[in-house]
Amino acid sequence: MGLPAVVDDSLALRPTLWMRTIHFLRREPLGTFGLALVIIMAMTGGFAELIAPYNPTANDFAAMTEAPSWAHVLGTDQFGRDLLSRLIYGARTAMIVGLSSALVGGVIGLVLGVGSAYFGGLIDLILQRIFDIVMAFPLIILALAVVSIFGTGVQNVIIAITIPLIPRCARVVRSSALAIREIPYVDAARACGFSHSRIILRHMVPNVMAPFLIMITASVGQAVLAEASLSYLGLGVQEPVPAWGLMLQGGAEEYASTAPWIAIFPGLAIMLSVLGVNLFGDALRDTLDPKMRNR
Amino acid sequence: MYLYVIKRVLLVIPTLVGAAALVFLLMRLIPGDVCVIRLGSSGGTFDPKAVTLCHQELGMDRPIWVQFFDFMWGIVRFDFGTSMWSAKPVTTEIWARLPVSLEIALLGTVLATAIAIPLGTLSALRQNSWLDLFVRVFAIGGIATPSFWLGIISLLIVLDLTSFFLGSPWMPPIDYVPFWEDPIRNLSMVFLPAITIGYRYSAITMRMTRSTMLEVMREDYIRTARAKGLIHKLIINRHALKNAMLPVVTLIGIEFAFLIGGLVVTEQVFNLNGVGRLFVQAVQNQDYTLTQALVMMTVVVFVFCNLVVDLLYAWLDPRIRYS
Repeated sequence: MGLPAVVDDSLALRPTLWMRTIHFLRREPLGTFGLALVIIMAMTGGFAELIAPYNPTANDFAAMTEAPSWAHVLGTDQFGRDLLSRLIYGARTAMIVGLSSALVGGVIGLVLGVGSAYFGGLIDLILQRIFDIVMAFPLIILALAVVSIFGTGVQNVIIAITIPLIPRCARVVRSSALAIREIPYVDAARACGFSHSRIILRHMVPNVMAPFLIMITASVGQAVLAEASLSYLGLGVQEPVPAWGLMLQGGAEEYASTAPWIAIFPGLAIMLSVLGVNLFGDALRDTLDPKMRNR
Repeated sequence: MYLYVIKRVLLVIPTLVGAAALVFLLMRLIPGDVCVIRLGSSGGTFDPKAVTLCHQELGMDRPIWVQFFDFMWGIVRFDFGTSMWSAKPVTTEIWARLPVSLEIALLGTVLATAIAIPLGTLSALRQNSWLDLFVRVFAIGGIATPSFWLGIISLLIVLDLTSFFLGSPWMPPIDYVPFWEDPIRNLSMVFLPAITIGYRYSAITMRMTRSTMLEVMREDYIRTARAKGLIHKLIINRHALKNAMLPVVTLIGIEFAFLIGGLVVTEQVFNLNGVGRLFVQAVQNQDYTLTQALVMMTVVVFVFCNLVVDLLYAWLDPRIRYS
């Protein structure tokens, strides 16, 4: 005789991070595809020295604008440099700039946004006006101006792209934080005499993580595009550092009819990386925002 | 409603003043000296006294706060001074190039809106169909594709197609001719750049249209309209579209303001003599007055587009209008 099944809710399993990840991967195939693209890009950039068949900056004037072949899988550019190797090292530049700008801009934006919402009053008013002023500049215009001041190069491009991202992130986080500020446990924390920093860091910040993460993924895509645009204009990363936008600036238009691979592959790389980040970001938003689950 | 309008208009003033101050500060932080660049551009050496004279001519020897008030007073009178590089009035430099950029921006907006709204609506009405899938892929591709790369590829395709069909490659013209003088030449110049910037614009608008339509179609009043026996077309046109279009109209306005930034790179690709390209040249030449004027123009367009969109939204939505 079998024992009756005993259902005890207190013994019900809470989903672990691993279970939630598996659930996400099953429910969001496009998001999974996007995540796979991002991981491939990160691994490619991270292990570039092991993967790249050639030195990305080595000129070979005997092999200029060669079509794709077994020797050079994606062809060579106008200086005989292997395109595949430059794309692989370019992934590192894109990842470094994209992730750094998005993370630094996001974290600063998070602190400012939550702080602005928490303190309210004059602090909120002044910060919002500063955000209005900075956001009145289109991203590429402000990035161009900052690059003109600090100069070109990877570090300065990161600074140039981070600055416009800060108010954009702060705005999104602030609107969520404003709702959380009114929740009773924040008042209770104040009544208990907790410091402002404790209330902000331990009670408010964890509750704005969802919109913050969604904003970060969107910002990575914007940062990668902004870096490519700045490099294309000659005001971003400089030679000989491999960068996808720089590869398009070099000989893409000049050799468009005779060596179209110089134009096609770097642009495809930019598109796939931004696509991956956007698909993953969309899936993350659908998972974290209950209203979006039935779209 | 009037109080809302007044409050909103008043908020624009500190934003513009702050933006002007930030532009002024950014330009003064750029290292280098425009006089040294100008005098050194013809090659050879130059007399240091010439640099001093140049500074006096351009007003750069005055205290910084005097230069700032002069700049602000100039903005109020729409007098942006002369270009430090070409010595021509800044307004002349901008005015000569504005028609190209404006036409591309407007054509891009029209194309984007004409494609995005019908496709976004159909995609929402036929959710999870092949059309919906195509629209979603098209839209996400538009957001991911860098506009300057799309411009290069479109030029490549035009070159190859014309080589194949006409025997010789054809490139779009780069010298601007107004539409009323030669419509064919004008459109052949602006069509490709308009498509290049319009694709991303249409992608964002399409996604928003789809999203808002899906939300509206799930509302109770739509279910009530169906229960009353209204035909599907009437439900969509009379009830759903109107409500769904409110955020879309807002987005179209905001994206138009963002287009200005997009033109900077697109004009470089197509070698067009517009304000975007002028901006890059002004930054490279450290032409303070021209750069300041161009950035302020961009900011003013951006701020006023946002203002118009906010006011339009408030007017279109009766709940705000009567609140």
